[in-house]
Formats: sequence, structure tokens, C-alpha cells
Amino acid sequence: MSESNPQNPRITWEGCSVLLDINDGDRLVFARLSPSSTIKIGNKKCCLSPLIGCPFGSLFQVETGPKGPYLLRLSATAAAESDHLKEKDDSQPTEGTNDNRSLIDNNKAQSLSGEDIDAMRREGATGDQIIEALIANSSTFDKKTLFSQEKYRLRKQKKYAPRVLLRRPFARSICEAYFKKHPARIGFMRVDALSLLLSLADVSAYSDVLVVDMVGGVITGAVAERLGGTGHVCNTYFGVTPYPMDIVRIFNFNDQICGRIVQTPVADLCSNQENKIEHFISHENTSSLETQPDADERSLSTTCILSDDAILEVQSVQEEISNDSLVKSVSVSETFISSGNGTSDHMDVDPCSTKSLDVIHEENASPVLKTCKSVKPGRQASPEAIKLWKENGFTSLIIAAPDLDTWKIVEELLPLLSYSAPFAIYHQYLQPLATCLHNLQTAKMAVGLQISEPWLREYQVLPCRTHPFMQMSAFGGYILSGVRICSNKPSHQS
Amino acid sequence: MLPIDPAKKNSFQRKICDGDLVIVYERHDVMKSVKVCDGSELQNRFGIFKHSDWIGKPFGSKVLSNKGGFVYLLAPTPELWTLVLSHRTQILYIADISFVISYLEIIPGCMVLESGTGSGSLTTSLARAVAPSGHVYTFDFHEQRAASAREDFERIGLSSLVTVGIRDIQGEGFPDEFCGAVDSVFLDLPQPWLAIPSAGKMLKQDGILCSFSPCIEQVQRSCESLRAHFTDIRTFEVLLRTYEVREGRMNCGGDNEGASPGSRPSKRRLPSSSEGSNGKETKGGSVMAMARPCGRHNFDWSET
Repeated sequence: MSESNPQNPRITWEGCSVLLDINDGDRLVFARLSPSSTIKIGNKKCCLSPLIGCPFGSLFQVETGPKGPYLLRLSATAAAESDHLKEKDDSQPTEGTNDNRSLIDNNKAQSLSGEDIDAMRREGATGDQIIEALIANSSTFDKKTLFSQEKYRLRKQKKYAPRVLLRRPFARSICEAYFKKHPARIGFMRVDALSLLLSLADVSAYSDVLVVDMVGGVITGAVAERLGGTGHVCNTYFGVTPYPMDIVRIFNFNDQICGRIVQTPVADLCSNQENKIEHFISHENTSSLETQPDADERSLSTTCILSDDAILEVQSVQEEISNDSLVKSVSVSETFISSGNGTSDHMDVDPCSTKSLDVIHEENASPVLKTCKSVKPGRQASPEAIKLWKENGFTSLIIAAPDLDTWKIVEELLPLLSYSAPFAIYHQYLQPLATCLHNLQTAKMAVGLQISEPWLREYQVLPCRTHPFMQMSAFGGYILSGVRICSNKPSHQS
Repeated sequence: MLPIDPAKKNSFQRKICDGDLVIVYERHDVMKSVKVCDGSELQNRFGIFKHSDWIGKPFGSKVLSNKGGFVYLLAPTPELWTLVLSHRTQILYIADISFVISYLEIIPGCMVLESGTGSGSLTTSLARAVAPSGHVYTFDFHEQRAASAREDFERIGLSSLVTVGIRDIQGEGFPDEFCGAVDSVFLDLPQPWLAIPSAGKMLKQDGILCSFSPCIEQVQRSCESLRAHFTDIRTFEVLLRTYEVREGRMNCGGDNEGASPGSRPSKRRLPSSSEGSNGKETKGGSVMAMARPCGRHNFDWSET
């Protein structure tokens, strides 16, 4: 969607960022398409160039040709046909006479050996042919129920003919992918929580949105997506080091949108309140020896750890960028683990997360890629813009700073918000928001105060087989929302 | 309602003018939309409020009645509008709305179809998401309801972004002029499977459809119909749990003075005398803000 390339944003281009959904969500990879970029699926390394110029939503299958494995685009009709096959099964959802009474777990049901399969491969058999052979040589396949036959086929397909779905990197898919594979990186914010934040903060074109984004840039990116190149998203930070926002680079933002993403230290936004800020920073950098309310004490002490983390993460991001020009294909989990050291445990809490969410960055900065980078998201806000925000106030405020003291941030930033402007604060824990709500109410700073917890359950809906998904996150975070009111007192009260 | 019009953009400089729409806030669950009209009055349980007192004040101001009662005057947003609009039908609430907008991947400039219009609760959020250059075409077969919705959109300043059509989408499908031109389609119909084939024709390649149904039987039939025309079909149940926060006193035992947790059912009305006392030790027990889930929740299904 780069400006020099006024092409259909629904078709990929060279230098475009994509989300690759491998085997129905088993693995999710963010990649940048270039003639030289590759992806490793199982033990096969495939070139991503066939994906350039394809519409988003295209489906590919790994096939082996004379020059090694490659990605073959499945035509819409072929994909539909395989769906239709399933459909045929579905249309007669007999519970069937088969059950598992005759299945014995002795590992002898399959008569094809690994060597047989390798031999088939050498002879150039397609993945689909191998699957058919496996079914034909399974002594138990016919004894399975229709549903479990379908499951068997799907399992073999994933192994012998893996499929790659080409998807648009939108706030929704990016948040979902991170939540699934690296939830800690985005503060365990589920996509429904992110959606709520954007609605509750009334983010729309021409808004000037103030954000504290300590969740990797997912909020900054989501807000910029909704602004569509108008208004501003002002990503503010305490202290001197901006918070990392590398997720923003996964979106396919054009120059116009990137130019609307700016960063500025809190100190510059409230320069008439310097004492206050120094006070805050001193809290951030020294462990809190003063007496603090219980809840605050814990988050303040973690703050110290986090400020180190933040710096480490920035380094790792820089490294990632420099890797762009050095290495052909880097998976981000490696990048983070090798350069992150201290950060890695902070990010990779989820044990299953280590392998499956990758970001592939490419060298060969194509002309298109270069134009993408010509306006970098996150420039420092101009003094004119800051002056304007001071005069008019921001139109909304979103905070997701899991490791800072929520109430202290709100006390500091709420006065920067226009009267009657909405705000929404995300937190992984309820108590900091409860405390904050209570304080806002007592200080009569806001109305319409509400703490909500989004709840989400996905379902499998199939004939005779409708049920909730078995493995779902029961937790998506909490949101405190409200509307700033106009007080006749001086706008900032301590 | 939207900052597309720079004069209406929220700002410290902006004052309430004659003719503005304001949301009169009494309590978080008692609000009302009022068109400011010099010479008019608003009467409620707190007394009589003169509109002329409101003009020239910033949005977000507290205004007094003849009896000294007060309300706040807020600038309208789609979220507040959802809470004050007149219910001509069952409406979608914030949890569903925000989820639907995200999953439909609606961004500025998108072209969106909706049916039915109903009370227009979702429509205002769709309009916000497509602004400034996109458009929402919303259809309802009920002539009067469509007219009321149209009046509402006019009133809240969205008519440049929303077109209301009268049409039985289940029976006739969407108009052919939208064929292949639409980014997203939203269906809230009793028999969505009847409209799905038409919706499929309207969408651009890789366009997204979302159908919202309260019953799982409807969802099942829709999914069957979707499988013939769509891929990547997913079904979600969405709901929102809200919490009430009040100040609780935790006694160390022995001392029975003061309220015990749970004895005050009043929602979020906290004693104001305790300003800044959160977490401080008082009378041998500590006072802190405590949260617990509220009683009732809505829930619904949606699919993409």
C-alpha cells in the first residue's frame, strides 16, 4: 500500500508484510515478501516468491519438485473441491456403526514404513498421493467413524502436504497471532480487549489519541490503522527511552499513516509540571523506599525491572533492523533470545510460544521496501504539534502499561485530555484498575467509570459436532473506561 | 459526533452551542440525549435546567438546576449513543460492536453493507470506522424503522456517511449495484442463511462477512450456507463482565465497628469523606478499593 505503488491493497507486492498461517493456525509467521525470502516448514525450505502478486486469502500447499520443495498455489476451485469433499461427508452425518471397540493401540495399523514414504517422495509422489497411500495401507481406517476418518486425513495432510494461508496483517490478525504464540509480548491482551479499547476510547479519523503503549506497539498500530492517515497517535513515554513498538512495522502502513505515528516523552507534554515528573521518574528509577499503598508498591518495584527490560528490547529491535541488511532470513524468536537475554523470560512465558511465531525480515531492500521505510513510524512529535495538543487537549487516551503504577499515570495524563474526552485503560490485573477507579471517583476527575472484563469463546460449528473449543484462554484482561469531566479547579491537582 | 468536522472536534476551546446534541449524564446508567435549544428547559428529578445556562460552557461541565441538583453535559460518542438511543428493536452493545468492527477489519475508506438497520446502534460505530472517505449502506425492510434511523443519523451528524435503504434483504438480496464492490457485510437477520449467497456476491475478494445471531440453531444453518461460499469460518460467543468497585474496610478481627464487606449494595457510591485514604490504615483496619462482578450479563453469538 506504499504510495509509490498505488496498487490493490488486497494483492501482495514485493516488500509487503504478510501473515502466513501454516496448517490452520498451528504455526503463524510474519514475513516480508521478497524474491529471496524463504520459510522453513517441517524440514523443507520453501521460497516465498510465489506468494508475490497473489491476493490475500490465497492458499498454498508444499509440494516437492525436481528443484526441491516449493509452494504451489491451490486454485480457488481446488480448495473449494476439498471443502466439498468434507461437505459430502457432512451431508450424511450418520453417527455411524463404527466406534473404537476394535481399535488396538499396538502401533501395527500402518503397514507403510518411513522408508516406503521416502521412496515415494524420491519418485516424485505428491503429498496428496502419499496421504492416499497411507489411508490405503491403514488397516484401521475403515473401522473409524466418519468424523475420525476426516481427522486422520487432516492430520496426515498437515504432515505430508502442509498448507500455507496468506493473510493480511491487520490489528485483528496480529493481535490474535501474538496472543496465541507470545501473549506476554502484548501484555496478555486478547483481541476482544484490544477492540474494546479502541471503541471505548472513541478512536476515529482525525482523532488525536494519546497512548502509553508498553505492549510492543500493538495499540499504537491498531490506533493508526483506525486513523487511516489522519489525526495523530502520540505514543508517550516516561523517562528518556521510548517504549519499543516493533509490532507497528508488521502492519502494511504507507507513509501517510506512518507519519501520523509520533513519539514524545511525557515531560514534553506537561512541561509546566516539571516537579511532578521528576517525582515520577525518581520513582521509576529507584526502588520505592517511601511508604506506598500495598498495590502500588509491587508495581513500582517491577517498574525498575521493566525500565531495564525496555532498554534491552530497544537494543534487540535495533539488532533486528541491522539484521535486515545482514542475514537472509531470521526468525524473531532467535533474534530475541540471542539478543534479549534478560528479556527473553519476560517475553516467552508461554512454553509453547518458543517455536511458532516468527518474523522474517529480508535483505534486498527492494525499491518498494525502501519507500515503506522512508517515513519511519514513531518520529519525535514536532513542537507545533505539542503546542496544539496543549491548547486543545487530546481527544482520547489509551493506556496499556502493565508494569507502571496505573493511578500515577492516569493522574499525570488525564489533564492532557480534552473535557468530555473518553479514556480506556488496559491491565492484566483487576486491582490496579479498581484502585484507579476509586481515586478518579474520589477526586471527581471523571464520570461514566466502569471496569469491564471481555469474555470470549470460540466454537466449532459442524453438523452434529458443535462444541466450544477445548483449549481457550479464559483470560483476556480488564479495562477501566470513563469520560473526563471539566472541573473548575486548576487542571492539574496533585 | 465524529471529529470529521473540525469545528465539532473535541477540544479545550470547544463550547456548547445552540443546536448541539449533548448527552445529559445523571448516573452511569441514567443518561439522555438532548438537542440544546436556547429558551428550552430540561426537567428531571433534580429540578429544572435551563438550556441557556449550558450554552458557552465546555462539554464535560457540571450544570445546576433551579433546585441545586446537577448533571454533566457530555459530547456524544457512538458508545454513549448506544446507551441513550430509543430501542425500536433489540440492539447490539459495546462488546459485540467492538468485536464485530475488529473482525470485519473495517478501516477508513471501507464500503460496508448492513442489514437490518434496527435501531442503528451498530451503524453509528460502523460509520465512525469508515469515516472520512468510506460509506455504510444499511437496509431494513421496515419503512418506519428505516425512517426513524435516518432521522437519528441526521440528528447525530452522520448522514454523509450512512445511507439507509428500505429493502427485504432476506427476500431480495442486496442491490446489484454493490456487486464485488464491498469490503465487509454485516447481517443481523432472523434467517441470515437466505441473505448469505447475495452477501457473497457483494464482497470483494477476501472480503469479510459477519452474521450475528442469538440462537445456536441459526448459527448452525448460517455456517452450512457459509461453507458453500466462504472459507475461514469462525464462530464466537462474546460477552462483557462488569465490575463494581467500592471501598471496603478490612478489620483485623475483634473490632466490629464499620461496615463489613458486602453490606452496602449501592453501586459505586463511595463515602467521599475518605478522600485519598485508599490503602491507609484507619481504626485498626485497612480501607481499600475492592472490585466484584456485577449481576447481569448479555451474551450473543457472531460469526465471520
